[in-house]
Amino acid sequence: MGFENFGTVSFTAEAKTADFINYLEAGKVMATRCKKCGGSYFPPRMDCPSCLSSEVEWFEVKGKGKLTSYTKVNYGPTGFETDAPYTLALGEFSGVQILARLSRDIGEKDIKVGMSLMVSPLKLPGSRIAYEFKKD
Amino acid sequence: MPERNVCIIGGGMSRWGVREASIIDMAQEAAKDCFDDVPALKKKDIDGLLFASSYCGRSAFQVNIAPVIAERIGIKPTSMCTRVDTLCAGGSSGIILATGLIKAGLADVMVVAGGEKLYTPQRWETYYSEMASIDHDWDGAQGMGLPPPFFSMTAQEHMKRYGTTKEQLAAVAVKNRRNGSTNPKGQFQKEVTLQEVMAARPVVPPLGLFDCTPITDGCAAVILACEEKAKELSDRPLVYIRGTAQATLHSMSMNWPGEHLGDWVHLRTAAKKAYERARVSPDDIDVAQTHDCFTISEVIEMEDLGFCKKGEGGPFVEAGQGDFGGKVPVNTDGGLLSCGHPFGGTGIRQAREILYQLQGRAIRQVEGAEIGLTHNLSGLNVEHTILIYGREP
Repeated sequence: MGFENFGTVSFTAEAKTADFINYLEAGKVMATRCKKCGGSYFPPRMDCPSCLSSEVEWFEVKGKGKLTSYTKVNYGPTGFETDAPYTLALGEFSGVQILARLSRDIGEKDIKVGMSLMVSPLKLPGSRIAYEFKKD
Repeated sequence: MPERNVCIIGGGMSRWGVREASIIDMAQEAAKDCFDDVPALKKKDIDGLLFASSYCGRSAFQVNIAPVIAERIGIKPTSMCTRVDTLCAGGSSGIILATGLIKAGLADVMVVAGGEKLYTPQRWETYYSEMASIDHDWDGAQGMGLPPPFFSMTAQEHMKRYGTTKEQLAAVAVKNRRNGSTNPKGQFQKEVTLQEVMAARPVVPPLGLFDCTPITDGCAAVILACEEKAKELSDRPLVYIRGTAQATLHSMSMNWPGEHLGDWVHLRTAAKKAYERARVSPDDIDVAQTHDCFTISEVIEMEDLGFCKKGEGGPFVEAGQGDFGGKVPVNTDGGLLSCGHPFGGTGIRQAREILYQLQGRAIRQVEGAEIGLTHNLSGLNVEHTILIYGREP
């Protein structure tokens, strides 16, 4: 599957990170590590933004993360109009920071800075796919 | 050839707001206002044009817009004619680039203009274009498109860490609406009370309607010239561009460069460099136009520009230290909160206001102002751009 199926709305049909989508389909949220300089990246980067080497390897973002900040979106941008309201959050995972929507399973009053999070694939209508934060 | 001093000698604006006019119409209005400001200037003196606009390719369906505007404002640039895009900071980028060209002798007299046409018959087009303003592959895929959610997170972080209150944020809106009430070019001339700001409908809590800049159509223009030409063309006091910097330390929200969202290290980085280049310190700034896209932005800018200590931006604005009679009057023409924010036009509007202030002819004049500063942030708080102007080179 190509990159065009990533996210609720897509503007990029082809990207070197297309395998990210295949991993999502297989149930894994992946990041990349540069084999040359060791830099870890999420979103994944097939060319290292630091040393520009193309020798990178995939690794799974596993385990618990920590919510560092969140906000409720009342007015969604194009493509998200009917999704709003939803909550966006920043989460700190081992070595990488991730922005994602919070799962609707998490009640508004349960959202707290510092809470434990997991990141996992989210199937969307029309064979699209993204990722979201779930409660640990 | 040695480096030349560069002056700003004239400034003008179209009317800003919800306009039944095209971006080209508004660029013409701004240029006329600007040319009228420098009566001795002849069109043939102008050898360069930079036009700052980000959405013109989408909302006005015009790319390579600079020659279209050059033709419509009756100039024939022979040194440089191009568009500049740094979203909300495009106007300031244009002024920095023109300064460099003139300093180096690659141009002598330049028009730097900018603006946007954002209201289109199909309102969704503006929101659609928003997705082109960010890293849409990753931030956009999560529904992080419009700026209010990001600045809501920023405000919450600042409140939590430093005890900043919603009343303190509201004080910024009250001041800037008051300053803008006498600016006939801005989008709003209506003052608001603290109670009205506090009671306004929420956009993204804690930010309410008056905490956010509106969507705006409009253009602005300024004239930059080498010192020698400036002396020929203007008998007003000369205003020099003394120091500039633009810092870009990241692009997407996940790679935020600060310790937390209220820590604007990229602003401090740009400020340090601009102050050094201008050979001034924050205490020397007599008047400033800073990027009040949201009330929380002005609060944090006071801190990271060095006007007060980190974390004390709330009490600073609440005590009127950013108002007339305070430490440094900020957004004396109403800022983004009153004038509105047609992205590429904003840095130019700020430069025009500083020019008027340093020449002693602003509508709300800071007495004896000799050194002025403009600041923009752009995108989801990505680039920070600072210019320092002075009556001495």
